[in-house]
Amino acid sequence: MSLTNENIQKALIGNFGMKVSEFHQSHDILTLEVQADALYEVIRFLKEDTAMNFNFLTDVCGVHYPDYEESRQFAVVYHLHNWFENVRIRIKTYLKASQPEVDSIVTLYPGANWQERETYDFYGIQFKGHPQLKRILNMDEMQSFPLRKEFPLEDQGRTDKDDRFFGRTGPNC
Amino acid sequence: MSDLLLTPENRFQKQIEARLKEDGVELSILNLGPTHPATHGIFQNILLMDGEKILDGEGTVGYIHRAFEKIAENRPFYQINVLTDRLNYCSSPINNTGWWMTVEKALGIEIPKRVQYLRVIIMELARIADHIICSSVMGVDTGALTGFLYVMQYREKIYEIYEEICGARLTTNMGRIGGFEREWSPKAFQKIDEFLNEFPAVWTEFENMLTRNRIFMDRTIGAGAVSAEMAMSYGFTGPNLRAAGIDYDVRVAQPYCSYEDFEFDIPVGQNGDCYDRFVVRNAEVWESIKIIRQALEKMPEGPYHADVPDYYLPPKEDVYENMEALIYHFKIVMGEIPVPNTEVYNAVEGGNGELGFYLITNGSRTPYRLHFRRPCFIYYQAYNEIVKGQSLSDAIITLSSMNVIAGELDC
Amino acid sequence: MSTDSKINKVDPPKGYAGEGFFATKLSEVVGLARANSLWPLPFATSCCGIEYMATMAATYDIGRFGSERMSFSPRQADMLLVMGTIAKKMAPILRQVYEQMAEPKWVVAVGACASSGGVFDTYSVLQGIDKVIPVDVYVPGCPPRPEQILDGILQLQEIVKNESVRRRSSEEYKHLLNSYNIE
Repeated sequence: MSLTNENIQKALIGNFGMKVSEFHQSHDILTLEVQADALYEVIRFLKEDTAMNFNFLTDVCGVHYPDYEESRQFAVVYHLHNWFENVRIRIKTYLKASQPEVDSIVTLYPGANWQERETYDFYGIQFKGHPQLKRILNMDEMQSFPLRKEFPLEDQGRTDKDDRFFGRTGPNC
Repeated sequence: MSDLLLTPENRFQKQIEARLKEDGVELSILNLGPTHPATHGIFQNILLMDGEKILDGEGTVGYIHRAFEKIAENRPFYQINVLTDRLNYCSSPINNTGWWMTVEKALGIEIPKRVQYLRVIIMELARIADHIICSSVMGVDTGALTGFLYVMQYREKIYEIYEEICGARLTTNMGRIGGFEREWSPKAFQKIDEFLNEFPAVWTEFENMLTRNRIFMDRTIGAGAVSAEMAMSYGFTGPNLRAAGIDYDVRVAQPYCSYEDFEFDIPVGQNGDCYDRFVVRNAEVWESIKIIRQALEKMPEGPYHADVPDYYLPPKEDVYENMEALIYHFKIVMGEIPVPNTEVYNAVEGGNGELGFYLITNGSRTPYRLHFRRPCFIYYQAYNEIVKGQSLSDAIITLSSMNVIAGELDC
Repeated sequence: MSTDSKINKVDPPKGYAGEGFFATKLSEVVGLARANSLWPLPFATSCCGIEYMATMAATYDIGRFGSERMSFSPRQADMLLVMGTIAKKMAPILRQVYEQMAEPKWVVAVGACASSGGVFDTYSVLQGIDKVIPVDVYVPGCPPRPEQILDGILQLQEIVKNESVRRRSSEEYKHLLNSYNIE
């Protein structure tokens, strides 16, 4: 069975039913949405099933959507790659804003370790079962999660910069 | 200063106490600190040592975290090119071209053949420059400083080629949406020809100095060996993966930018140790030279940029005379370009592996989310596993053979 | 020695010479010796570090100016060349390295990021190393060409030549260090 979009979609819906949805092709990669509680099983199926065989984890990252409804404000995006058939797939999980957590996939792909730490560092998303979930790029003492949309880009404590000359006010810097 | 010491709950302290109780051997903790001549860039490794042997290690990165992904959410597309230069700064044109290809994929722009061939030439030159630094610095770390001095001359020649094309030496900020900002001058092609005539002899001399050198082989064979399964599961790509035996190369797996028109081999190693990484990188330089020669021979005629007035700045003379050109110029500079709502992932083969750009746009002048899939960040997490049980000098040479560039590590 | 040699030698300081002796000011001789043998500590963090490698290599050769031996040990270094972006996580380490250096020591901030934060006006980047350590010469550029880095070192050599031997124990210097909370 070749790994076309229809076959992947059929296999996933066959095994997971309503937990997977929103299959669409975004440019050249099949994208789908998975519910957070089924994520580990879906990724394990994609990795270990002999027909799917997505042996390589390309990327794990997070996205913050403050404009969406409360149960879908954070997203974790996984890119997997099957080297044998040369097929990529993108899996998005939406998490709720008050308590964004999802299972860690470090036991499936050890390469996800630091990438999940980076996602935690930037967004505050908890990965359950991660061996060492602490900050990686920012300082350990930092309290807030910088890549959330409400966090400003520039250091607000600077006293040596006069923003009046650049027409910049609080919201747009 | 006391907050720089390890607390008693730290797992290394527990291991030290356990071993002391077991057979009285006193283990020590060594801080391979952020500033160290052997770490090319700043990252820290706290190592638990039994004499010269490393038992365990914990790495800390983030000492040069510049928040590129956050900056990218606040800058228009052409200003992000400046940030991509500074990812893997030894081979900036590859990062630049990768970014432009991602934007062109998101906007749905077709690129003329000539532009694709020119991009291939500049990317392969950048790959040669990156491998020159990595291989010669491996020589320096084992004590052979001369090789570095000889081949850096040729890196200067590559810098001169970059200067002819875009004006800058290291952080090139090259290209625009749709192509290049100006046609390459005849002097640039002449310099590329001179480089291709002179460089092979120098690279042969460099290889002869080290590849079959008894001392170099003794130091590097067996050091930092990575099996193919471990490399694949940890997310290795690039020369580190190919040295372990897997021939995955983004240029061949998912050809972009006309790479399918060229014939080249993918060098693959066997054991994944430092020697194999060194030899694989050197062989890749020869393949890059082959690709540049083929591209120069088969170079088609044509425009140096795509015909996309919505995204590509019109020539300045037209802006002063022509109304449409003035409007396009204004809109592009202000960032009011038509951008669809889309998400795209594009990967190129960087000097260290698969450099990916995951872009989510929402119609505004800046990306909604831009994530860089940096190969160094992903394979460096395996470093502490790789050096377990090796001696300290092997750990140093492993670090330098893995070509960890701090700018790409911390983004 | 041939008279048409193209090598520029350093001029001796002004003084009174006689048979078997040469009298000049101590500060001039000391300044001359220090200026022409500045051993750098290359604190290379990012892209400017690669331009420094090009400066160190054969084409631009910083060894001509006396900086032949790179000292990675702070105790044996004279000048701290900070090349590249310094993040806030790295600032305490930079401070520690500066404090470990022995007097007399000079600091050159190479590149826009070390001078003032550069392109990276973000929450995680230190906006200029002069927020944590005193700097003598700023070399702008992103990255500066090797010729610019060498020009910065030549400017530093002028500063070193004209520095008084008593500067390091003067009140003014102590006041400078206190303003950075360095003991």
